[in-house]
Amino acid sequence: MKVMVAVKRVVDYAVKIRVKPDKSGVETSNVKMSMNPFCEIALEEALRIREAGAAAEVVAVSVGPAQCVDTLRTALAMGADRAVHVDAGAAPVLPLSVAKILKALVQVEQPGLLILGKQAIDDDCNQTGQMIAGLLRWPQGTFASKVVLDKEKQVATMEREVDGGIETLSLDLPAVITTDLRLNQPRYATLPNIMKAKSKVIKKVTPAELNVELKPDLEVVQVAEPPKRKAGVIVSSVDELIHKLKNEARIL
Amino acid sequence: MGRRRASQLLAGYRQFLLGRPTPSSHEQSISGSYWKLNTWRPCCMFRVSVGTPQASNYLNLGKTYAIKQRSFGSAATDIPRNPAFSNLNADDISYFRTILGERNVVEDEDRLSAANVDWMRKYQGSSKLLLLPKSSQEVSKILHHCNSRKLAVVPQGGNTGLVGGSVPVHDEVIINLASMDKIVSLDKINGILVCEGGCILENLSSFLENEGFIMPLDLGAKGSCQIGGNISTNAGGLRFVRYGSLHGTILGLEVVLANGTILDMLGTLRKDNTGYDLKHLFIGSEGSLGIVTKVSILTPPKLMSMNLAFLACKDFTSCQKLLLEAKRALGGVLSAFEFMDSHSMDLVLSHLDGVRSPLPSSLYNFYILVETTGSDETYDKTKLEAFLLRSMEEGLILDGVVAQDINQSSSFWRIREGISEASVKVGAVYKYDLSLPIDQFYGIVEEMRNRLGEAAKVVGYGHLGDGNLHLNIMTTRYDSDILAQIEPYVYEWTSKHKGSISAEHGLGLMKANKIHYSKSPETVQLMVDIKKMLDPNLILNPYKVLPQSCFN
Repeated sequence: MKVMVAVKRVVDYAVKIRVKPDKSGVETSNVKMSMNPFCEIALEEALRIREAGAAAEVVAVSVGPAQCVDTLRTALAMGADRAVHVDAGAAPVLPLSVAKILKALVQVEQPGLLILGKQAIDDDCNQTGQMIAGLLRWPQGTFASKVVLDKEKQVATMEREVDGGIETLSLDLPAVITTDLRLNQPRYATLPNIMKAKSKVIKKVTPAELNVELKPDLEVVQVAEPPKRKAGVIVSSVDELIHKLKNEARIL
Repeated sequence: MGRRRASQLLAGYRQFLLGRPTPSSHEQSISGSYWKLNTWRPCCMFRVSVGTPQASNYLNLGKTYAIKQRSFGSAATDIPRNPAFSNLNADDISYFRTILGERNVVEDEDRLSAANVDWMRKYQGSSKLLLLPKSSQEVSKILHHCNSRKLAVVPQGGNTGLVGGSVPVHDEVIINLASMDKIVSLDKINGILVCEGGCILENLSSFLENEGFIMPLDLGAKGSCQIGGNISTNAGGLRFVRYGSLHGTILGLEVVLANGTILDMLGTLRKDNTGYDLKHLFIGSEGSLGIVTKVSILTPPKLMSMNLAFLACKDFTSCQKLLLEAKRALGGVLSAFEFMDSHSMDLVLSHLDGVRSPLPSSLYNFYILVETTGSDETYDKTKLEAFLLRSMEEGLILDGVVAQDINQSSSFWRIREGISEASVKVGAVYKYDLSLPIDQFYGIVEEMRNRLGEAAKVVGYGHLGDGNLHLNIMTTRYDSDILAQIEPYVYEWTSKHKGSISAEHGLGLMKANKIHYSKSPETVQLMVDIKKMLDPNLILNPYKVLPQSCFN
């Protein structure tokens, strides 16, 4: 069985982001980019599934500009067997377009399991996994905090973190799983694996070759920083406090 | 947690642990129960080394060590207070109040007890007064008064020094520059930063990073140490292999001399060959020639791409060869080359939270951290990986990992930077900071392990790229028998192999009488002459740096 993992190249989690002066987006030039942390967790889970013997191959996929290849190299260095880069040009690709592309890829690669991160840290959409499950009409298990695969029965049992606690689901394969933080701790890219990764293949395709039309259905109008918190004020008496609550905060 | 926060918490715990310090704690006998058992509180962060027979029974430590008079262990022998120094009186204090204001003249016992003890809790003074000047003029007035009254002073910064140079020996007045923390200017084209001596290194780094520059030095203590202190001790740190010594990056200083003269050498020029370059006297003088009040420093541009690899080597010879190869293959982009032995790794993993080893730790003897900093990420990464794979094929590296994002890099650095913090948690730590020729580098660690056996844990780590070894010997408590096994053996060994007994930590109090292991008598005599010329009353940081015998 093949496991497909979708990974996204985003601004590194530890970087202090800044909004571009023209408010069209976040500053991404000259800023460190890395694999989305939830995608790392997804990839780690796929690798563990393969190591447990429930899958034969792990394929990493990324949709984006040419530099995505760096992220795919990281995926290969962690242990993925192959990678596919869908070159969608420099413009940001929204979740529905990514879902359509992944659907086309799934129909080509025929994986038994598609694992993604629950959301990307740059847009926090939390949509791609759910959308592609809908498009493929596959069962979905989102916010996975534990995944156990049963190869013979072709069933995935997973625990998901919901507001009320932990919910356990059983999914018939093929299925879509999106990963949450507590699922695992991703491995580091070791030198032997980096060495092996050099001979691994990164296939490049375009959305046109997959018969997917990228039509942006959303337009980003403005990106702005949240308003700066005003400093607190120390009042000198209860009367002053009441005066401020009445007249400035207007809550009395 | 950062060192600054840790120091603040420690200051809070100290008030429980130390109780009220008595004036002459060095002479007080233990039977007077300086350590009162009912004020001992288990510290959640730092394990306390308690030196009374009652305490060691309490802790079921079995063998009780012979208790010496001194409750703090140190390498310095009992130093008598110089009778030429005056005692502080009420007139002095009211004078200081008129120049500094009430709030900046501190006699409060709790704050004093924190300022009287060094970071390792190895040295303790008994000062009754802490001054917090806000400007060079205030520092000048303080020193002028102290000089005329013959009051000894200790200049103090972040109090993170490791040789007891930042705390009083007796009742010297503490002058702490913490209130002088303004950034004066930044030349954004040349990267020349002018700031006051009390600025904390981490704050300067954050400020500069916003402007596209970085500080040329970086050390584990960055959350607490002040730039004035870094300069007075000629701090080395993690970036030394790339940016060199402070002697190269400092463009100018403003220093206040013992008699209050403000010496303005605060140039911002890269080249200025007009006369003798006096600032070099003060860089590394450990506060014994003057107090650094303003700094002008050349800051390198912040380069975008940082790559970090954590490697494992079989033996020390491989580490040496790897260093040579790294300098050749990585050339101008190598920015750090640190090493640690397996014992250091075990120490960090067992005493710090949230730290995991990138490699299976029991298998390897030595670990190396290699960092490159350049302007093109892909190019540097390719260069680094090519070098690493080649070294692996040649057998120099057994295994390694390359950090894929900033979080991974921080966690690798946390391991190396955390060794010092972890070493303090064992109980008592004897720290030695040696410069040694590369082929002798690890020999001393193995020698000390053989010598001390079960009595102590010995770890070796350090800036292999600069030839600087940090030797840490840890026991449950400071003990003179263990000390006798260590010193003077370590110094003699180093001297025999033509090394330096203090690569970057300085002499301070710990090595005040040891300079002859690394410097000739004529050199030392000239140092003494200069000291007497700049500070005839010997009020600046007395009993430290130079041997006492030279001043009698």
